[in-house]
Amino acid sequence: MTPSYLLRRLFYGLLLMLGVVVLNFLLIRLAPGDPAVVIAGEMGGADEALLAAIRADYGLDKPVLTQLGIYIGNVLQGDLGQSFFFNQPVATLIGDRIGPTILLVLCAQVLSILLGVFLGVIAARKPNGVLSGFVSVFATIGYAVPVFWTGIMLIILFASVFPIFPVEGMQSVRLRDAGFMIRALDVAHHLVLPAFTLALIYLAQYARLSRASMLEVLGSDYIRTARAKGASERSVLFKHALRNASLPILTVAGLQFGNLISGALLVETVFNWPGMGRLAFDSILRRDYPTIMGVLFFASAMVVVANLLTDLSYRLADPRLRGKS
Amino acid sequence: MKMMTRLMGAAVIAASALSTAPLQAEGTLVIASSQVPRHLNGAVQSGIATAVPSTQIFASPLRYDENWEPQPYLAESWSVSDDGLSVTLNLVQNATFHDGKPVTSEDVAFSIMTIKENHPFKSMFAPVEAIETPDAHTAVIKLSAPHPALLLALSPALAPILPKHIYGDGQDVKAHPANSAPIGSGPFMLSEFTPGEAIVLKKNPNFFIEGRPVLDEIIIRIINDPSALLIAMENGEADVYPFMAGSQEIKRLGEADHLTVTNEGYAAVGPINWLAFNTKSPKLSDVRVRQAISYAVDRDFITKALHRGVSTPQRSPIIESSPFFDAAAVTAYDVDLEKAKALMAEAGFGDGMELTVDYIPGPAEQQKSIAEYLKSQLAKIGIDVTVRAAPDFPTWAGRVGGHDFELTMDVVFNWGDPVIGVHRTYLTDNIRQGVIWSNTQSYSNARVDEILAQAAVEGDFAKRKALYSEFQALVTQDVPIYFINATPYHTAYKKDLVNAPMGIWGTMHPMDRVHWSK
Repeated sequence: MTPSYLLRRLFYGLLLMLGVVVLNFLLIRLAPGDPAVVIAGEMGGADEALLAAIRADYGLDKPVLTQLGIYIGNVLQGDLGQSFFFNQPVATLIGDRIGPTILLVLCAQVLSILLGVFLGVIAARKPNGVLSGFVSVFATIGYAVPVFWTGIMLIILFASVFPIFPVEGMQSVRLRDAGFMIRALDVAHHLVLPAFTLALIYLAQYARLSRASMLEVLGSDYIRTARAKGASERSVLFKHALRNASLPILTVAGLQFGNLISGALLVETVFNWPGMGRLAFDSILRRDYPTIMGVLFFASAMVVVANLLTDLSYRLADPRLRGKS
Repeated sequence: MKMMTRLMGAAVIAASALSTAPLQAEGTLVIASSQVPRHLNGAVQSGIATAVPSTQIFASPLRYDENWEPQPYLAESWSVSDDGLSVTLNLVQNATFHDGKPVTSEDVAFSIMTIKENHPFKSMFAPVEAIETPDAHTAVIKLSAPHPALLLALSPALAPILPKHIYGDGQDVKAHPANSAPIGSGPFMLSEFTPGEAIVLKKNPNFFIEGRPVLDEIIIRIINDPSALLIAMENGEADVYPFMAGSQEIKRLGEADHLTVTNEGYAAVGPINWLAFNTKSPKLSDVRVRQAISYAVDRDFITKALHRGVSTPQRSPIIESSPFFDAAAVTAYDVDLEKAKALMAEAGFGDGMELTVDYIPGPAEQQKSIAEYLKSQLAKIGIDVTVRAAPDFPTWAGRVGGHDFELTMDVVFNWGDPVIGVHRTYLTDNIRQGVIWSNTQSYSNARVDEILAQAAVEGDFAKRKALYSEFQALVTQDVPIYFINATPYHTAYKKDLVNAPMGIWGTMHPMDRVHWSK
């Protein structure tokens, strides 16, 4: 891996981000509906003067390409603009929400990889066994079921029928002034259902992938050799086989990051999780252009960075790729 | 594996520890709401989302009891001159803003003029010409014409008194940074505001009414998902849920032993769910077609079956809980399909016609369900209705504001006095292209314009009521709108809550008397 390779990847990443900004800008303006009417509607009614004032305040009276030029110029200077709806800097709104989204996405990612791989390995051990069949069925269902449906079912089961978990966001409002440990436990308590819901769909994919990958690796000569040497079954599975079988999992994990973020949008809405996904969802309904574009900008940046890191870690894990660019 | 078992065990223990007995801090009230406020300054923003917190943060000259009677608030007394052109407010001496500065007549004058300039309800203070401040605690409102709606417009929901020393700095008040961090003189002070998530209000220890507020803290928790909101109420995570309109949720929370569910507290809001006609449409310009449609729709079916009995029928442009409503004046259009068919034939549409109905996207019961019901019901008089969905509110608002519709479902609030919330829908000079909740029906009747102009300045209640009776008679004969039902807003609150805010403004009223029974 050479520095020039890294620089080139970063350059491509930035180019991609620019494309994302332009595409988002144009797409959102193709949607029918006028943000000035929404703002005026939220204010309780309006007259032409107020609508004109709102359009002038937010630069909506200028030609679209001029608006695009101004926006790109501002983004390059680190200014994501002012939310039409909340009249606050978009960066502040996102800053308040990026932490909860990252927490949710990372927890879901870790949960899905750990549990998915574990299930896949167990299933690969006896590919025709009952457990393998269970994993296959579970994986298919997990993959097929819409994430919002799973979320609602979990809410009904674990928040309504058996009220074990809360549903009102990331923390209990009544525990705001409690000590750090109590609040951390409270957040963990709130995290269980949304993280599991988001993890479920990807967990299924990891389980299937690692099962297939393990089956392939377990048929290799070196595994037979390891077994012949008297290595324990656990050592064969988790030390010898899993390491080689993990390369495709690593690739998929990186590629799935973008899907996880889009899944988070639905999960955050269902569970009232105070993250960027919900902000994006609400902002689309309000035609709050700067906020939508700010969230998409951050989300695409996260995906670009995740892909870059995956690529780099893939090279670290597979010595054969290290010399190649 | 052992590690995972331990982790899962710890999580289960933590979960069960946190889920036992509601952890309720003494004196905290948690209000669950699906309404997202843009900011917290009700002087430049109408709507329930802003008004609930704004009425806690800002005090106003007057407040109202449950009988529509004005009560002292920042004004300890007030008087209206004989000619009705001057209203004198005598302010309390001890009121201070949350930053310690005294509330003076200068602040009152500044606030009312700011509201006049910036609030979307232009009619509230339109006749106010000037406000004189002979001393620090006297404000005299000078009017160009008598304005009987003025006293109601001085309510907390409509006339928050702003600190001039903060908002008078020359910045645009609509976009003032203090709107998201307001300083008022109300019973509660803003502690935290996370847009779209939560508003935390702490007790104002220097509130000018002694011994109030009783609560230590009010937290407004925004929960968008309706089922999550219901569960939060059932589980005791939230204490009050106002502006609940779904029959299923009303019934479900009504079954919870620890909750009271009531439809009180919405008299001044006056929310009316209606079917509006574009009277400029060639198919709907003939009043007989509009009357035929009105005779074909079964209002009782909608309220009793579609709304499962939680909503009440509405027959008038004035909400039926208002003192100005006159049941004898209105044409109710009780369902009569034969009469409807005859009217269609008279209008030259005996062979039927095609119409499109729009509706506000969102919770279906008040809008989409009725639009779909219209399709089957109007087919009985030969009208082929196409239900046109809008993906979101801006799309619907664009169509209706742009007069690009034939029929549309809509919901509009009366806002206490007809001058504030009713006139806007029927005045000829309020037919405005591109402006939602103006006279988008393009309805024009010279006599109606005349009556509304007279009613706006008539100081005598009986005479004013007579004018509004004639107005109700004319509008229901002309049917620019077929009135369906009062939006069944309900409030659910815990039974051990004392003095729950159920006056004419409901939760859009200072909650300084609210407390827990133990």
